[in-house]
Amino acid sequence: MRERQASRNARRAREFEAFVAGAAGRLMHAATLLTAELPDDNPRARRLLTAALAHTYAVWDGLRGEDPYDRTRQYLAVAFARGAWHQYGGLGLAHPWSRPKPGGTLSCLSPHERLILVLRMYEGVAEEQAAAMLALPAERVRAVCARAMATLLHPPREAPAVIAEVAPS
Amino acid sequence: MSPVNRREAEVRRLLEEPQPPVPPDLYAEAVRRGGRMLRRRRAARRLMWFLVVAALVAFAVWASVAQPWVEPPSETTPPLTGW
Repeated sequence: MRERQASRNARRAREFEAFVAGAAGRLMHAATLLTAELPDDNPRARRLLTAALAHTYAVWDGLRGEDPYDRTRQYLAVAFARGAWHQYGGLGLAHPWSRPKPGGTLSCLSPHERLILVLRMYEGVAEEQAAAMLALPAERVRAVCARAMATLLHPPREAPAVIAEVAPS
Repeated sequence: MSPVNRREAEVRRLLEEPQPPVPPDLYAEAVRRGGRMLRRRRAARRLMWFLVVAALVAFAVWASVAQPWVEPPSETTPPLTGW
């Protein structure tokens, strides 16, 4: 019994190490895109990815042929969505003052837009699959993705503090 | 190339650009935390089995002592004496 346990532990550690060696770079990049942090200063992305990988390690013996990369990515996405919910008070409602200031590529997008854009465009997850993962209708995923792409390609200029002077009559 | 495809290619190129380095302790930390999760789960499962077995034993002991399937002696009819 004890020997079987030890051999199973050793096998899990070996397989998991190979998985991390192969997938960590891409997952780290995805996590950093999600949190919109700078590539060399990404504590939040590291925390997210460490938690996701720890979870994958814990369920490793029960994967039964399921792709561990898919599993980790799903955990990452859901944990990020939940974190964004707590941090920003609802998906899609990003307060401009609570956004990380020294941002990465996607810092002009809201957390919700980043999540859907990264899943669809960087990870290449199908629309229906992303919708199921986030419990959203597929049309909504398509709309948010299109909006995020438009914002990313044509970033809005800094909004002026005063919208418009009303001309005195 | 259609405009939509061009836009998608452009977005993909933007997303590929900065490659963050992988922290060297990522694997060790993930194994440490994942191992802790596994041990906790195993302990919880063991506790659950222990509780189930304890409940079964307690039920068996109670049943053998109380014998609820034996018809209790009647208490409503007074015993027939003296005739």
